[in-house]
Amino acid sequence: MINWTAIYVMWLREMKRYTRAKSRVFGSLGMPIFFMAFLGLGFNRMAVPGVSGGTNYIHFLVPGIIGMTLLFSSTMQGLSVLWDREFGFLKEIMVAPVSRFSLVLGRIAGGITTALIQSMILLVLSLFMGFRVAGAGSFLLALVFMLLIGFTFIGLGLIFASKMKDMQGFSIVMNFIVFPLFFLSGALYPLGNLPIYVRVLSYADPLTFGIDGLRGSLINVSTFPIGVDAAVMAGFSLIMVFLGAYFFERTESA
Amino acid sequence: MDAISVENLSKQFNGLAAVDRVSFSVGEGELFGLLGPNGAGKTTTINMLSTLLRPTSGSALVAGFDVSRSRDSVRKSIGIVFQEPALDIKLTGRENLEFHAMMYGIDKVERRRRIDEVLTLVELTDKARVLVEHYSGGMKRRLEIARGLIQQPKVLFLDEPTLGLDAQTRRNIWDYIRRLNKERRVTIILTTHYMEEADYLCERIAIMDRGVFVALDAPTRLKDLLGGDVVCLEVEGDPEPLLAEIKTAPWIKTYSRHEDTLNLTMEKGERRIPELVMMAQRRGITVTSVQLRKPSLEDVFLHFTGRTIREQEASADERNRAKIPGHGMGRRR
Repeated sequence: MINWTAIYVMWLREMKRYTRAKSRVFGSLGMPIFFMAFLGLGFNRMAVPGVSGGTNYIHFLVPGIIGMTLLFSSTMQGLSVLWDREFGFLKEIMVAPVSRFSLVLGRIAGGITTALIQSMILLVLSLFMGFRVAGAGSFLLALVFMLLIGFTFIGLGLIFASKMKDMQGFSIVMNFIVFPLFFLSGALYPLGNLPIYVRVLSYADPLTFGIDGLRGSLINVSTFPIGVDAAVMAGFSLIMVFLGAYFFERTESA
Repeated sequence: MDAISVENLSKQFNGLAAVDRVSFSVGEGELFGLLGPNGAGKTTTINMLSTLLRPTSGSALVAGFDVSRSRDSVRKSIGIVFQEPALDIKLTGRENLEFHAMMYGIDKVERRRRIDEVLTLVELTDKARVLVEHYSGGMKRRLEIARGLIQQPKVLFLDEPTLGLDAQTRRNIWDYIRRLNKERRVTIILTTHYMEEADYLCERIAIMDRGVFVALDAPTRLKDLLGGDVVCLEVEGDPEPLLAEIKTAPWIKTYSRHEDTLNLTMEKGERRIPELVMMAQRRGITVTSVQLRKPSLEDVFLHFTGRTIREQEASADERNRAKIPGHGMGRRR
């Protein structure tokens, strides 16, 4: 039932839209760049409490900011179903003689590509701020975590978009789901500094393990063993993609 | 084989019947119209036939395929132009067509040929490389019609194809639709709430009101049903006793009362007007205006539903407002 052309069409459409929307590229990079620049410069001389000595804050921060970029752009990608619904284009996709599952795969392919491009731009910028990647192996391992984070949150976006009828729920998702996920994930500070009852919530947040895995692979500092991070993220991404596809398949578009 | 055959098709939303046990069939190459006010169930019918909505009950075959069981086969056989634009405005006209053609599995060489062909047909060749967000309403509509034709559908659905377009553009679109139907023998089902559109284009019309078909025939036959000319008498005072007398006259074919106006049909209306005015005078009723015209589909609609299509739309809006507290529209989804 997988239609490769349909996947390619959905992916190509996303690429065309992405490369044309210059404001979208810069707009979505703005926030993470500011976070990285100002937090990084502001706290750089401080030791990170709860992290073994010798780690600069910028080293601690960069994987967190990459995770943040992935979280925001992937969720937005999943939620882009809402735009298509708003502008009517969803109907055109839904009457095409291809399986909904292929459409979901195409969306995920497009979303993950743009999310990865965004993170790569950030990673390159971070090099200018003194960030160093240990080597090609670490980079490839980090890439795996980036993919897993991307899949998880595209799935999450798809779930919400399939359940919502219009754009009104969008800001609710961004403010009450995405931002808490970001702050709970330990992107900006070590989770060990949080009170225990907040930490419990953090451990339910997929991004916690994603960012921990990114830190483990990029700077060799992590709370959990890297294998645990990978396993948890693999589980989360499978479940989220499955649920996203399931709900998208069941939406009525008319 | 019929292009479409529908039996007892129903769709309920939250227990309310939007389409209620509708049955009809459309022959191959026919240009068939669904006419009715907003909220009558036309779009819901089209959405079921095009597999966007699952019917609550009943069955429908489109190009020989069951819309519930063989959705993909139905989708391959149809083209559809939605009521609201369904284009990606961030892509060019050609890209919209290109992506559509790819979704339908048309190979590269054939794709190029067909895209050029449909672009010529709707006269958008020189605008093909412009982003759709810069298109006018009429251009978007034409692009959508072109897109609906790329896969060379057996059946083309047009949901309110000229809604919100100016008179000139509407004429052009009518011409495209006619040419398509005549030259390519595409079966076309269109919905409209414009009487003149249905009258001008369609070979047969189903008049739809509140989820059911109230009449189904060729426009001329529907108008003939009323029997001759329409005479509208507007009177002052209670028209009931006058109507009571008029309806006993042997030459009256149909009659109805609509507030202070009596709508009567008869042959040779111009010769009967003096007689009608005399009748009114004998009863002391003043006739304030008289109108004589050939029947239109508007009269047919009035005859079958007892109301004009505009009133019907007003009350449909009221019903919808009552259904959804604090929110006006709700019927599109």
